[in-house]
Amino acid sequence: MITKEEVEHVGWLARIEIDEKESDAYAEKLNSVLDYFGQLDEVDTEGVEPTYHVADIVNVFRKDEVTESMSQEDVLANTENKQEGNFKSPRIM
Amino acid sequence: MAAWTDISGIKQKIADSSAEEVTASYIETIGKSKINGFTTMWDEAINVAREIDSEGHEGPLAGVPIAIKENISTKGLSTTCSSKILQGYVPPYDAHVIERLREAGAVILGKTNMDEFAMGTSTESSYYGPTLNPWDMDRVPGGSSGGSAAVVAAGEVPVSLGSDTGGSVRCPAAYCGVVGLKPTYGCISRYGLISYANSLEQIGPLATNVADIATIMDVVAGYDSRDSTSINRENTYSDALKDDVNGLKIGVPEEYFGEGIDEKVEKAVWDAISKFEDMGATYEKVSMPHTKYALASYYIIAMSEASSNLARFDGTRYGYRAEGENWHVMASRTRAQGFGEEVKRRILLGTYALSAGYHDKYYLKALKVRTLVKQDFDRALDNVDVLMAPTMPAPAFKIGEKIDDPLSLYLADVNTVPINLAGVPSISVPCGFSGDMPVGLQIIGKHFDENAIIKAAYSFEQNTDHHTRRPPEVA
Repeated sequence: MITKEEVEHVGWLARIEIDEKESDAYAEKLNSVLDYFGQLDEVDTEGVEPTYHVADIVNVFRKDEVTESMSQEDVLANTENKQEGNFKSPRIM
Repeated sequence: MAAWTDISGIKQKIADSSAEEVTASYIETIGKSKINGFTTMWDEAINVAREIDSEGHEGPLAGVPIAIKENISTKGLSTTCSSKILQGYVPPYDAHVIERLREAGAVILGKTNMDEFAMGTSTESSYYGPTLNPWDMDRVPGGSSGGSAAVVAAGEVPVSLGSDTGGSVRCPAAYCGVVGLKPTYGCISRYGLISYANSLEQIGPLATNVADIATIMDVVAGYDSRDSTSINRENTYSDALKDDVNGLKIGVPEEYFGEGIDEKVEKAVWDAISKFEDMGATYEKVSMPHTKYALASYYIIAMSEASSNLARFDGTRYGYRAEGENWHVMASRTRAQGFGEEVKRRILLGTYALSAGYHDKYYLKALKVRTLVKQDFDRALDNVDVLMAPTMPAPAFKIGEKIDDPLSLYLADVNTVPINLAGVPSISVPCGFSGDMPVGLQIIGKHFDENAIIKAAYSFEQNTDHHTRRPPEVA
């Protein structure tokens, strides 16, 4: 069971603002899904390795060479919040 | 002109008139559309067609109109994942598949509607409103690539691209009575596909017929170093377009005909299997015992990956930005206001499943169950060439019927998600009707054995006429 307080905590971790009025409704809907997920407890996975992906590859490397990259102008084209070639955001601390 | 035409028909029309005329007639058709399949039209399309005319129609898709799902990056053309949070975003680069299509001479007409961030089975969660099913406008077209399937079914474009994370190409293909392919994981570069659950998803084509699927695959599939999961493997998909299933061994997994299956869907799929027998194939029932756990495993993995992939939408670099006294408040408000309800639920659940104290119970457990589901496929496909099952257990549901109950929507994906967990290829082809709504047959193959399922699907199409029936109002 996920509690109202946990919903608010997870909301903070995920950077999604949830006000107190919403957290009850979220808790209810999330709990019905978590109940369903609980059925995996029935499966015996003793000694089973996890599968993170199915591609038959391990590490993919490239040569450490300088190649052409996107122009600063293109990178900044989708924001009005920029200054001296950088993204501008509100203070972090 | 609303008409179901295949690529060869289009090429004939272009030869008789011009790419410009063909493009213009499709744009006119789309202008009269009632289904809300397109989100943004590309105003350069007609100029591109003119250029192709002046260059003499070189390239395998010269002048062929195509529609692209809202989550595939197109340089200079809005790409929003049908979300408020990406309103105004215009990619500064093309996805790998778009580069390939442009080189082949395809004319991109515009972008198609989808469930927000590909999270859905109905295309109802789009910021642009729902797309309607051309067979019955009170019903959903399926999802999440609902726009891409509906515009093909409605004759608004001959072919389109969608993406399939847990059934998002095959479900709408089945619901709209068209053909859709989810290729093997690693077959098509995901460079430029906006990630939802990156270990599960592949871009896939939709068309009115199997031959066009192979033609598009010949153009868009192949190695790309910018996607680290891209596999370097040559294949010619159109080589598989042969009417021959003699000796084909079919496995029919019993678990895919489970509780809640629509009787007419079940009958249509068994009739299709009988047809394959008449054509020289044999079938045997197989058991895939972990199928019932695939859905929970899939959703835990997809939500966990989503919580990480969607962290980039924070209002800093593109899209919507809310006000806030510091970055954390700005980002939290941007995401609260910019994401829709289902996207927020999945990010919250994914964050929860990965958080301290719950990681092993949910995420790690789901990954282990994924191994068992994959082993079911390895075992089943060891003895047979392909598997066949209903794509969706029931035909398209009514708009509004399930949207407020997330779990009932998730349950509709029961036959499609196991395929993504295993990473194998699967094609959905029309195989009959339940009432007036189309039914899809799912043909599943071994890793990188797309040609086996394309050949089976093509043979079925040559010997049946399900794919020739058109939605009302489409000539």
